[in-house]
Amino acid sequence: MLSLAIEAAFAMMSLALLFNLWRVVRGPDLPDRILALDTMYINTIALIVLYGVHEQSGFYFEAALLIAVMGFVGTVAVVKYLLRGDIVE
Amino acid sequence: MLVEIIVSLFLLIGAAFALIGSWGLVHLPDFYMRLHGPTKATTLGVGGMIVGSVIFFSTQGEGISLHELLITLFLFITAPVSAHMLAKAALHLQLERVEKTRDVARKNTSGPCGK
Amino acid sequence: MKHQRWLPHPHLSILLLIIWLLLVNSVAPGQIVLGVVIAILVPIYTNDFWTDPPARLRLLPLLRYAGVVLGDIVVANVQVAILILGPAKRLRPAFIHYPLELESEFAITLLASTISLTPGTVSADVDADGRGLLIHALDVDDDEALLRHIRERYERPLKEIFEC
Repeated sequence: MLSLAIEAAFAMMSLALLFNLWRVVRGPDLPDRILALDTMYINTIALIVLYGVHEQSGFYFEAALLIAVMGFVGTVAVVKYLLRGDIVE
Repeated sequence: MLVEIIVSLFLLIGAAFALIGSWGLVHLPDFYMRLHGPTKATTLGVGGMIVGSVIFFSTQGEGISLHELLITLFLFITAPVSAHMLAKAALHLQLERVEKTRDVARKNTSGPCGK
Repeated sequence: MKHQRWLPHPHLSILLLIIWLLLVNSVAPGQIVLGVVIAILVPIYTNDFWTDPPARLRLLPLLRYAGVVLGDIVVANVQVAILILGPAKRLRPAFIHYPLELESEFAITLLASTISLTPGTVSADVDADGRGLLIHALDVDDDEALLRHIRERYERPLKEIFEC
């Protein structure tokens, strides 16, 4: 039961990531791409948590948390660059 | 067995929300509308996964495991911030919006709302 | 350097302790001691980065507010999911200006975050003078009703928590 649900969830997350990738490629503007990348890292967190359940291991939690922190910092840095044209003022 | 069903349910709900949010990213017509999908649906998607994971690891006989909740907490704090900054950047770049978007900014100050 | 105090941000300290215990996923005595040390040291050393903490903060209304928002997040997500799955032509997006009653910066930040997370809205910009928010709504029928909803459900409780 659980393993079936996990596989279905894997499939759905992969499809979601493909949708995001399509938006990254398609654009049309930079904010769209950043938004798509932002969504991608959030989906990746979900994927890693899911993998942790699949492997029945708690070690993946740290990876997920790190991606959450780094992804946010990355998004903010890139948006800041868009707004000011300069990250370090 | 009951636990398995509950965990499966949460995992599937989470994945469904993430998928819907990402679908919104693909098919909504302009940037400002696309912004809604990821900030809401995807965040809850991760939330659902994490609730599933918390229940799963807490019933493995090694005590309650709550640290996954930190990820949700963190996302609930950061998602609005990145959405806000992205919206601001989009307004700054004057991205196209769909024709029918009404602009009910009453105080027509300078800047994007007065466009 | 601001005025040094032993516990410049008591609420932050409590939050840090809770976060530390969650992070190590244990409530062993050693971890609690380490968490208390962190909860005392971090606010002191980051004091310069913080804006003035809100003068007052009522815990009980804050908890109630958190509960309401958490429930609303789930409801709003289902609504947004339905909107996304439906035909995009039917959506009625709008930019709406929301005049703020709140004055504390921290409370405004909380309100803007709440708006982004809950009903089909994203806060997009703050007026230069900090007296209003620009909100983008995904599907809005009656602007006044939306403004009233935000005012009654989120801004009033926040006012109660942080201001008189």
